[in-house]
Amino acid sequence: MTKKKLKVSAINEGTVIDQIPAKSLFKVIDILKLDQSTSQVTFGTNLESEKLGHKAIIKVADLFFEDEVVNKIALIAPHAKLNIIKDYEVVEKRTVEIPERIEGIVKCFNPKCITHTEHMPTQFTVISNEPLEIKCHYCEKHMSKDQIEML
Amino acid sequence: MTKHLISITDYSKEDYMRIMELAADFEANPNQNLLDGKVVASMFFEPSTRTRLSFETAISRLGGRIIGFTDSSSSSVTKGETLHDTIKMVSGYADMIVMRHPLEGSARYASEVSDVPVINAGDGANQHPTQTLLDLYSIYKTQGTLDNQNIFMVGDLKYGRTVHSLLMAMSQFENPIFNFIAPKELEMPKEYKQYLDSKGIKYYEHSEFTDIISEADIVYMTRVQRERFSDPIEYEKVKNVYILRNSMLENTKENMRILHPLPRVNEIHVDVDPNPKAYYFDQALNGMYTREAIIAHTLGLK
Repeated sequence: MTKKKLKVSAINEGTVIDQIPAKSLFKVIDILKLDQSTSQVTFGTNLESEKLGHKAIIKVADLFFEDEVVNKIALIAPHAKLNIIKDYEVVEKRTVEIPERIEGIVKCFNPKCITHTEHMPTQFTVISNEPLEIKCHYCEKHMSKDQIEML
Repeated sequence: MTKHLISITDYSKEDYMRIMELAADFEANPNQNLLDGKVVASMFFEPSTRTRLSFETAISRLGGRIIGFTDSSSSSVTKGETLHDTIKMVSGYADMIVMRHPLEGSARYASEVSDVPVINAGDGANQHPTQTLLDLYSIYKTQGTLDNQNIFMVGDLKYGRTVHSLLMAMSQFENPIFNFIAPKELEMPKEYKQYLDSKGIKYYEHSEFTDIISEADIVYMTRVQRERFSDPIEYEKVKNVYILRNSMLENTKENMRILHPLPRVNEIHVDVDPNPKAYYFDQALNGMYTREAIIAHTLGLK
Protein backbone atom coordinates (compact mmCIF):
# COMPACT_ATOMS: atom_id res chain seq x y z
CA MET A 1 0.00 0.00 0.00
CA THR A 2 1.34 3.39 -0.93
CA LYS A 3 1.16 6.21 1.50
CA LYS A 4 -1.57 8.72 0.59
CA LYS A 5 -0.01 11.67 -1.16
CA LEU A 6 -0.44 14.97 0.62
CA LYS A 7 -1.90 17.70 -1.54
CA VAL A 8 -0.59 20.39 0.79
CA SER A 9 2.91 19.85 2.09
CA ALA A 10 3.47 18.73 5.67
CA ILE A 11 4.71 21.03 8.38
CA ASN A 12 7.18 20.39 11.13
CA GLU A 13 5.43 22.39 13.84
CA GLY A 14 2.24 24.37 13.78
CA THR A 15 -1.48 24.03 13.20
CA VAL A 16 -3.47 22.35 10.45
CA ILE A 17 -7.05 23.52 10.06
CA ASP A 18 -9.03 20.94 8.13
CA GLN A 19 -12.66 20.53 7.08
CA ILE A 20 -13.19 24.16 6.16
CA PRO A 21 -15.99 24.60 3.60
CA ALA A 22 -14.17 25.68 0.40
CA LYS A 23 -16.26 28.81 0.05
CA SER A 24 -15.29 29.97 3.54
CA LEU A 25 -11.53 29.62 3.13
CA PHE A 26 -10.68 33.27 2.57
CA LYS A 27 -13.04 34.36 5.29
CA VAL A 28 -11.24 32.02 7.71
CA ILE A 29 -7.89 33.45 6.60
CA ASP A 30 -9.29 36.89 7.22
CA ILE A 31 -10.74 36.12 10.67
CA LEU A 32 -7.52 34.45 11.84
CA LYS A 33 -5.55 37.37 10.34
CA LEU A 34 -3.34 34.96 8.43
CA ASP A 35 -2.98 37.51 5.66
CA GLN A 36 -0.94 39.57 8.13
CA SER A 37 1.02 36.65 9.53
CA THR A 38 4.75 36.35 9.03
CA SER A 39 4.59 32.58 9.51
CA GLN A 40 4.67 30.18 6.59
CA VAL A 41 1.04 29.63 5.55
CA THR A 42 0.00 27.12 2.91
CA PHE A 43 -3.50 26.32 1.90
CA GLY A 44 -5.41 24.15 -0.51
CA THR A 45 -8.97 24.60 -1.62
CA ASN A 46 -11.60 22.73 -3.60
CA LEU A 47 -10.18 19.47 -2.30
CA GLU A 48 -12.56 16.56 -2.40
CA SER A 49 -14.33 15.82 0.84
CA GLU A 50 -16.93 13.19 1.60
CA LYS A 51 -18.47 15.36 4.29
CA LEU A 52 -18.36 18.78 2.72
CA GLY A 53 -18.20 18.14 -1.03
CA HIS A 54 -15.43 20.64 -1.46
CA LYS A 55 -13.24 21.52 1.43
CA ALA A 56 -10.26 23.68 2.14
CA ILE A 57 -7.29 23.13 4.40
CA ILE A 58 -4.83 25.59 5.92
CA LYS A 59 -1.44 24.81 7.37
CA VAL A 60 0.27 27.40 9.49
CA ALA A 61 3.83 26.77 10.57
CA ASP A 62 4.98 27.66 14.07
CA LEU A 63 1.65 29.13 15.09
CA PHE A 64 -0.80 27.84 17.70
CA PHE A 65 -4.17 29.42 18.31
CA GLU A 66 -5.98 30.15 21.55
CA ASP A 67 -9.49 28.59 21.73
CA GLU A 68 -10.94 32.05 21.94
CA VAL A 69 -9.36 32.99 18.63
CA VAL A 70 -10.12 29.82 16.76
CA ASN A 71 -13.72 29.71 17.95
CA LYS A 72 -14.33 32.82 15.91
CA ILE A 73 -14.41 30.68 12.77
CA ALA A 74 -17.14 28.41 14.18
CA LEU A 75 -19.93 30.37 12.50
CA ILE A 76 -18.57 29.79 9.01
CA ALA A 77 -16.68 26.54 9.53
CA PRO A 78 -18.59 24.70 12.25
CA HIS A 79 -16.99 21.34 11.44
CA ALA A 80 -13.43 22.61 11.29
CA LYS A 81 -10.84 20.27 12.82
CA LEU A 82 -7.58 21.52 14.21
CA ASN A 83 -4.54 19.31 14.31
CA ILE A 84 -1.68 20.53 16.42
CA ILE A 85 1.59 19.36 14.91
CA LYS A 86 4.87 18.91 16.72
CA ASP A 87 7.78 17.24 14.97
CA TYR A 88 5.57 16.18 12.02
CA GLU A 89 3.23 14.31 14.37
CA VAL A 90 -0.31 15.20 15.35
CA VAL A 91 -0.09 15.71 19.09
CA GLU A 92 -3.58 17.10 19.67
CA LYS A 93 -6.89 17.31 17.81
CA ARG A 94 -9.39 20.03 18.50
CA THR A 95 -12.80 21.09 17.25
CA VAL A 96 -14.33 24.55 17.23
CA GLU A 97 -17.18 25.79 19.39
CA ILE A 98 -19.48 28.72 18.82
CA PRO A 99 -18.43 31.37 21.35
CA GLU A 100 -20.88 33.12 23.70
CA ARG A 101 -20.03 36.49 22.21
CA ILE A 102 -19.30 37.25 18.58
CA GLU A 103 -17.40 40.44 17.88
CA GLY A 104 -16.82 42.15 14.58
CA ILE A 105 -17.49 39.20 12.25
CA VAL A 106 -21.21 39.24 11.62
CA LYS A 107 -23.27 42.00 10.04
CA CYS A 108 -26.53 42.94 11.75
CA PHE A 109 -29.47 42.19 9.46
CA ASN A 110 -31.52 45.12 10.79
CA PRO A 111 -31.03 48.02 8.36
CA LYS A 112 -31.99 50.48 11.13
CA CYS A 113 -29.25 49.25 13.48
CA ILE A 114 -26.70 51.86 14.58
CA THR A 115 -23.82 49.52 13.62
CA HIS A 116 -24.42 50.35 9.95
CA THR A 117 -23.82 54.08 10.30
CA GLU A 118 -21.13 54.43 12.98
CA HIS A 119 -17.54 53.24 12.69
CA MET A 120 -17.85 50.54 15.32
CA PRO A 121 -17.44 46.77 15.62
CA THR A 122 -20.63 44.70 15.73
CA GLN A 123 -21.33 42.57 18.81
CA PHE A 124 -23.68 39.65 19.25
CA THR A 125 -24.55 37.25 22.01
CA VAL A 126 -25.44 33.66 21.20
CA ILE A 127 -28.97 32.87 22.41
CA SER A 128 -28.97 29.27 21.27
CA ASN A 129 -26.50 26.99 19.48
CA GLU A 130 -28.89 24.52 17.92
CA PRO A 131 -30.65 25.98 15.99
CA LEU A 132 -28.27 28.90 15.92
CA GLU A 133 -29.80 32.16 17.12
CA ILE A 134 -27.89 35.33 17.94
CA LYS A 135 -28.90 38.70 19.35
CA CYS A 136 -27.43 42.06 18.40
CA HIS A 137 -25.92 43.74 21.47
CA TYR A 138 -27.05 47.13 20.11
CA CYS A 139 -30.47 46.91 18.43
CA GLU A 140 -31.40 43.72 20.36
CA LYS A 141 -32.85 42.01 17.26
CA HIS A 142 -32.61 38.24 17.07
CA MET A 143 -31.16 36.59 13.96
CA SER A 144 -31.45 32.96 13.00
CA LYS A 145 -28.81 31.00 11.08
CA ASP A 146 -30.13 31.77 7.59
CA GLN A 147 -30.23 35.50 8.40
CA ILE A 148 -26.59 35.64 9.42
CA GLU A 149 -24.32 37.45 7.00
CA MET A 150 -20.62 38.00 7.44
CA LEU A 151 -19.11 41.47 7.36
CA MET B 1 -19.64 51.90 37.14
CA THR B 2 -21.84 54.54 35.54
CA LYS B 3 -25.49 53.63 35.71
CA HIS B 4 -27.45 54.00 32.48
CA LEU B 5 -31.03 53.20 31.51
CA ILE B 6 -31.00 51.90 27.97
CA SER B 7 -33.18 48.83 27.96
CA ILE B 8 -35.94 47.83 30.37
CA THR B 9 -33.96 44.67 31.15
CA ASP B 10 -31.12 46.82 32.54
CA TYR B 11 -33.26 47.19 35.66
CA SER B 12 -33.90 44.50 38.23
CA LYS B 13 -37.15 44.02 40.11
CA GLU B 14 -35.57 45.97 43.00
CA ASP B 15 -34.87 48.89 40.64
CA TYR B 16 -38.50 48.82 39.45
CA MET B 17 -39.77 48.93 43.02
CA ARG B 18 -37.37 51.72 43.91
CA ILE B 19 -38.72 53.74 40.97
CA MET B 20 -42.32 53.10 42.13
CA GLU B 21 -41.41 54.41 45.59
CA LEU B 22 -39.59 57.46 44.24
CA ALA B 23 -42.33 58.28 41.72
CA ALA B 24 -44.91 58.30 44.52
CA ASP B 25 -42.62 60.59 46.49
CA PHE B 26 -42.30 63.00 43.54
CA GLU B 27 -46.02 62.88 42.92
CA ALA B 28 -46.55 64.06 46.49
CA ASN B 29 -43.74 66.62 46.17
CA PRO B 30 -42.96 67.40 42.51
CA ASN B 31 -40.61 70.33 43.14
CA GLN B 32 -37.40 69.19 44.81
CA ASN B 33 -34.13 70.98 44.21
CA LEU B 34 -32.05 67.85 43.73
CA LEU B 35 -30.47 68.89 40.42
CA ASP B 36 -29.36 72.30 41.68
CA GLY B 37 -26.20 73.32 39.83
CA LYS B 38 -26.43 70.36 37.44
CA VAL B 39 -26.75 70.41 33.67
CA VAL B 40 -28.73 67.78 31.77
CA ALA B 41 -28.36 67.36 28.00
CA SER B 42 -31.64 66.71 26.22
CA MET B 43 -30.59 65.40 22.82
CA PHE B 44 -33.49 64.69 20.48
CA PHE B 45 -32.12 63.49 17.15
CA GLU B 46 -35.73 63.15 16.04
CA PRO B 47 -38.67 65.15 17.31
CA SER B 48 -40.85 63.72 20.06
CA THR B 49 -42.67 66.58 21.70
CA ARG B 50 -44.52 64.50 24.28
CA THR B 51 -41.47 62.68 25.63
CA ARG B 52 -39.23 65.73 25.46
CA LEU B 53 -41.63 67.99 27.34
CA SER B 54 -42.15 65.32 29.98
CA PHE B 55 -38.39 64.95 30.53
CA GLU B 56 -37.67 68.67 30.41
CA THR B 57 -40.45 69.40 32.88
CA ALA B 58 -39.09 66.68 35.18
CA ILE B 59 -35.58 68.22 34.98
CA SER B 60 -36.96 71.71 35.61
CA ARG B 61 -38.98 70.59 38.63
CA LEU B 62 -35.77 69.07 40.02
CA GLY B 63 -34.04 72.43 39.60
CA GLY B 64 -31.64 71.35 36.83
CA ARG B 65 -30.58 73.27 33.72
CA ILE B 66 -31.14 71.93 30.23
CA ILE B 67 -28.94 72.08 27.13
CA GLY B 68 -29.71 70.31 23.90
CA PHE B 69 -31.66 70.27 20.67
CA THR B 70 -35.13 69.22 19.60
CA ASP B 71 -34.35 67.56 16.28
CA SER B 72 -31.24 66.72 14.30
CA SER B 73 -31.63 69.61 11.84
CA SER B 74 -30.54 71.96 14.61
CA SER B 75 -27.54 69.84 15.63
CA SER B 76 -24.15 69.07 14.15
CA VAL B 77 -25.55 65.82 12.67
CA THR B 78 -26.40 67.84 9.55
CA LYS B 79 -22.68 68.59 9.15
CA GLY B 80 -21.97 64.88 9.17
CA GLU B 81 -20.72 64.50 12.73
CA THR B 82 -20.87 60.92 14.01
CA LEU B 83 -22.98 59.99 17.02
CA HIS B 84 -19.73 59.02 18.72
CA ASP B 85 -18.29 62.53 18.45
CA THR B 86 -21.52 64.30 19.41
CA ILE B 87 -21.89 62.18 22.55
CA LYS B 88 -18.20 62.48 23.46
CA MET B 89 -18.45 66.25 23.32
CA VAL B 90 -21.74 66.57 25.19
CA SER B 91 -20.72 64.11 27.90
CA GLY B 92 -17.94 66.55 28.70
CA TYR B 93 -20.43 69.38 29.21
CA ALA B 94 -23.35 67.73 30.98
CA ASP B 95 -23.91 65.65 34.13
CA MET B 96 -26.39 63.36 32.36
CA ILE B 97 -27.69 62.73 28.84
CA VAL B 98 -31.29 62.09 27.83
CA MET B 99 -31.39 61.00 24.20
CA ARG B 100 -33.90 60.08 21.52
CA HIS B 101 -32.57 58.74 18.22
CA PRO B 102 -34.21 57.12 15.17
CA LEU B 103 -31.61 54.34 14.88
CA GLU B 104 -31.90 51.18 16.94
CA GLY B 105 -29.03 50.50 19.33
CA SER B 106 -27.92 54.15 19.25
CA ALA B 107 -28.56 54.63 22.97
CA ARG B 108 -26.57 51.52 23.96
CA TYR B 109 -23.68 52.74 21.82
CA ALA B 110 -23.92 56.23 23.34
CA SER B 111 -23.73 54.72 26.82
CA GLU B 112 -20.47 53.01 25.84
CA VAL B 113 -19.02 56.28 24.58
CA SER B 114 -20.32 58.62 27.30
CA ASP B 115 -18.59 59.36 30.60
CA VAL B 116 -21.91 60.39 32.21
CA PRO B 117 -25.17 58.40 32.58
CA VAL B 118 -27.35 58.04 29.48
CA ILE B 119 -31.12 57.64 29.64
CA ASN B 120 -32.74 56.24 26.53
CA ALA B 121 -35.81 58.24 25.53
CA GLY B 122 -36.46 55.92 22.58
CA ASP B 123 -34.12 54.35 20.00
CA GLY B 124 -36.12 53.65 16.85
CA ALA B 125 -38.44 50.69 17.27
CA ASN B 126 -36.16 49.14 19.87
CA GLN B 127 -36.53 50.39 23.45
CA HIS B 128 -38.29 53.16 25.33
CA PRO B 129 -37.73 52.14 28.96
CA THR B 130 -39.05 55.29 30.60
CA GLN B 131 -42.41 54.64 28.90
CA THR B 132 -42.43 51.16 30.41
CA LEU B 133 -41.62 52.48 33.88
CA LEU B 134 -44.44 55.01 33.69
CA ASP B 135 -46.74 52.18 32.57
CA LEU B 136 -45.62 50.18 35.60
CA TYR B 137 -46.21 53.15 37.88
CA SER B 138 -49.69 53.59 36.42
CA ILE B 139 -50.49 49.95 37.13
CA TYR B 140 -48.93 50.10 40.58
CA LYS B 141 -50.82 53.26 41.47
CA THR B 142 -54.22 52.06 40.28
CA GLN B 143 -53.97 48.43 41.40
CA GLY B 144 -51.85 48.89 44.52
CA THR B 145 -49.51 46.10 43.40
CA LEU B 146 -47.69 44.74 40.38
CA ASP B 147 -48.45 41.12 41.30
CA ASN B 148 -51.37 38.96 40.08
CA GLN B 149 -52.34 41.22 37.19
CA ASN B 150 -54.41 40.07 34.23
CA ILE B 151 -53.15 42.25 31.40
CA PHE B 152 -54.92 42.58 28.08
CA MET B 153 -52.73 43.88 25.27
CA VAL B 154 -54.71 45.03 22.26
CA GLY B 155 -53.85 46.10 18.73
CA ASP B 156 -50.41 46.06 17.16
CA LEU B 157 -48.50 43.54 19.23
CA LYS B 158 -45.93 42.85 16.54
CA TYR B 159 -44.27 46.23 16.15
CA GLY B 160 -45.41 47.82 19.41
CA ARG B 161 -42.25 48.17 21.48
CA THR B 162 -44.26 49.43 24.48
CA VAL B 163 -46.15 46.13 24.82
CA HIS B 164 -42.95 44.09 24.43
CA SER B 165 -41.16 46.01 27.17
CA LEU B 166 -44.21 45.95 29.45
CA LEU B 167 -44.41 42.19 28.99
CA MET B 168 -40.74 41.79 29.96
CA ALA B 169 -41.13 44.03 33.02
CA MET B 170 -44.41 42.51 34.29
CA SER B 171 -42.90 39.04 33.94
CA GLN B 172 -40.65 39.85 36.90
CA PHE B 173 -43.67 39.98 39.22
CA GLU B 174 -45.86 37.26 40.75
CA ASN B 175 -48.45 35.42 38.64
CA PRO B 176 -49.10 37.73 35.74
CA ILE B 177 -51.57 36.55 33.08
CA PHE B 178 -51.40 37.97 29.58
CA ASN B 179 -54.19 38.10 27.01
CA PHE B 180 -53.06 39.11 23.54
CA ILE B 181 -55.69 40.50 21.18
CA ALA B 182 -54.36 41.24 17.73
CA PRO B 183 -54.99 40.53 14.07
CA LYS B 184 -52.99 37.64 12.65
CA GLU B 185 -50.59 39.97 10.84
CA LEU B 186 -49.76 41.86 14.03
CA GLU B 187 -49.63 39.09 16.62
CA MET B 188 -47.13 38.92 19.47
CA PRO B 189 -43.75 37.77 18.11
CA LYS B 190 -42.63 34.23 18.82
CA GLU B 191 -39.61 35.24 20.88
CA TYR B 192 -41.82 36.88 23.54
CA LYS B 193 -44.14 33.89 23.71
CA GLN B 194 -41.10 31.63 24.09
CA TYR B 195 -39.89 33.88 26.88
CA LEU B 196 -43.21 33.52 28.73
CA ASP B 197 -43.15 29.76 28.16
CA SER B 198 -39.64 29.58 29.61
CA LYS B 199 -40.85 31.37 32.75
CA GLY B 200 -44.04 29.30 33.00
CA ILE B 201 -46.24 32.38 32.63
CA LYS B 202 -49.76 31.91 31.24
CA TYR B 203 -50.90 33.73 28.13
CA TYR B 204 -53.84 33.45 25.75
CA GLU B 205 -54.26 34.71 22.20
CA HIS B 206 -57.51 36.00 20.76
CA SER B 207 -58.54 37.76 17.59
CA GLU B 208 -61.20 39.85 19.29
CA PHE B 209 -62.04 40.77 22.87
CA THR B 210 -65.64 41.80 23.50
CA ASP B 211 -66.51 38.58 25.36
CA ILE B 212 -63.49 38.30 27.60
CA ILE B 213 -62.75 41.85 28.66
CA SER B 214 -64.59 41.30 31.98
CA GLU B 215 -61.54 39.40 33.29
CA ALA B 216 -59.09 42.23 32.72
CA ASP B 217 -57.31 44.26 35.38
CA ILE B 218 -55.45 46.32 32.81
CA VAL B 219 -56.40 46.88 29.16
CA TYR B 220 -53.38 48.21 27.30
CA MET B 221 -54.47 49.64 23.95
CA THR B 222 -52.15 50.40 21.02
CA ARG B 223 -52.61 51.86 17.57
CA VAL B 224 -53.21 49.58 14.60
CA GLN B 225 -51.53 51.45 11.79
CA ARG B 226 -52.56 51.07 8.17
CA GLU B 227 -48.96 51.05 6.93
CA ARG B 228 -48.17 47.89 8.93
CA PHE B 229 -50.36 45.81 6.62
CA SER B 230 -48.97 44.38 3.41
CA ASP B 231 -52.53 43.89 2.14
CA PRO B 232 -54.83 46.93 2.50
CA ILE B 233 -57.88 44.66 2.44
CA GLU B 234 -56.64 42.99 5.61
CA TYR B 235 -56.48 46.39 7.27
CA GLU B 236 -60.03 47.25 6.24
CA LYS B 237 -61.21 43.93 7.65
CA VAL B 238 -59.67 44.37 11.08
CA LYS B 239 -59.61 48.11 11.65
CA ASN B 240 -62.91 48.20 13.56
CA VAL B 241 -62.32 45.07 15.61
CA TYR B 242 -59.70 46.75 17.80
CA ILE B 243 -61.64 49.82 18.77
CA LEU B 244 -62.62 50.16 22.41
CA ARG B 245 -66.05 51.69 23.04
CA ASN B 246 -67.72 52.68 26.27
CA SER B 247 -70.49 50.12 25.77
CA MET B 248 -67.90 47.34 25.99
CA LEU B 249 -66.92 48.35 29.53
CA GLU B 250 -70.24 47.51 31.20
CA ASN B 251 -69.28 44.22 32.81
CA THR B 252 -65.64 44.99 33.47
CA LYS B 253 -64.05 44.82 36.92
CA GLU B 254 -64.27 47.82 39.21
CA ASN B 255 -60.47 48.11 39.44
CA MET B 256 -59.94 47.77 35.69
CA ARG B 257 -58.06 50.64 34.01
CA ILE B 258 -57.43 51.43 30.36
CA LEU B 259 -53.91 52.45 29.40
CA HIS B 260 -52.56 53.76 26.10
CA PRO B 261 -49.07 55.13 25.38
CA LEU B 262 -50.67 57.96 23.30
CA PRO B 263 -51.12 59.52 20.83
CA ARG B 264 -54.31 57.66 20.01
CA VAL B 265 -56.07 57.87 16.67
CA ASN B 266 -59.41 56.10 16.80
CA GLU B 267 -58.67 52.90 18.74
CA ILE B 268 -60.24 54.30 21.88
CA HIS B 269 -63.55 55.94 21.06
CA VAL B 270 -63.96 59.38 22.66
CA ASP B 271 -67.05 58.10 24.44
CA VAL B 272 -64.68 56.17 26.73
CA ASP B 273 -62.93 59.36 27.93
CA PRO B 274 -65.41 60.35 30.68
CA ASN B 275 -65.46 56.79 32.08
CA PRO B 276 -63.46 56.65 35.35
CA LYS B 277 -61.76 53.53 33.99
CA ALA B 278 -60.11 55.60 31.24
CA TYR B 279 -56.66 56.25 32.63
CA TYR B 280 -54.53 57.28 29.63
CA PHE B 281 -54.32 61.00 30.41
CA ASP B 282 -53.39 60.35 34.04
CA GLN B 283 -50.86 57.86 32.71
CA ALA B 284 -49.16 60.62 30.71
CA LEU B 285 -48.93 62.79 33.81
CA ASN B 286 -47.49 59.86 35.76
CA GLY B 287 -44.70 59.96 33.17
CA MET B 288 -43.35 63.16 34.58
CA TYR B 289 -43.16 61.84 38.16
CA THR B 290 -41.64 58.60 36.90
CA ARG B 291 -38.98 60.52 34.96
CA GLU B 292 -38.13 62.58 38.02
CA ALA B 293 -37.72 59.24 39.83
CA ILE B 294 -35.52 57.79 37.07
CA ILE B 295 -33.27 60.86 37.02
CA ALA B 296 -32.90 60.83 40.82
CA HIS B 297 -32.22 57.07 40.81
CA THR B 298 -29.70 57.31 37.95
CA LEU B 299 -27.70 60.07 39.59
CA GLY B 300 -28.05 58.56 43.07
CA LEU B 301 -29.68 61.72 44.41
CA LYS B 302 -32.22 59.98 46.62
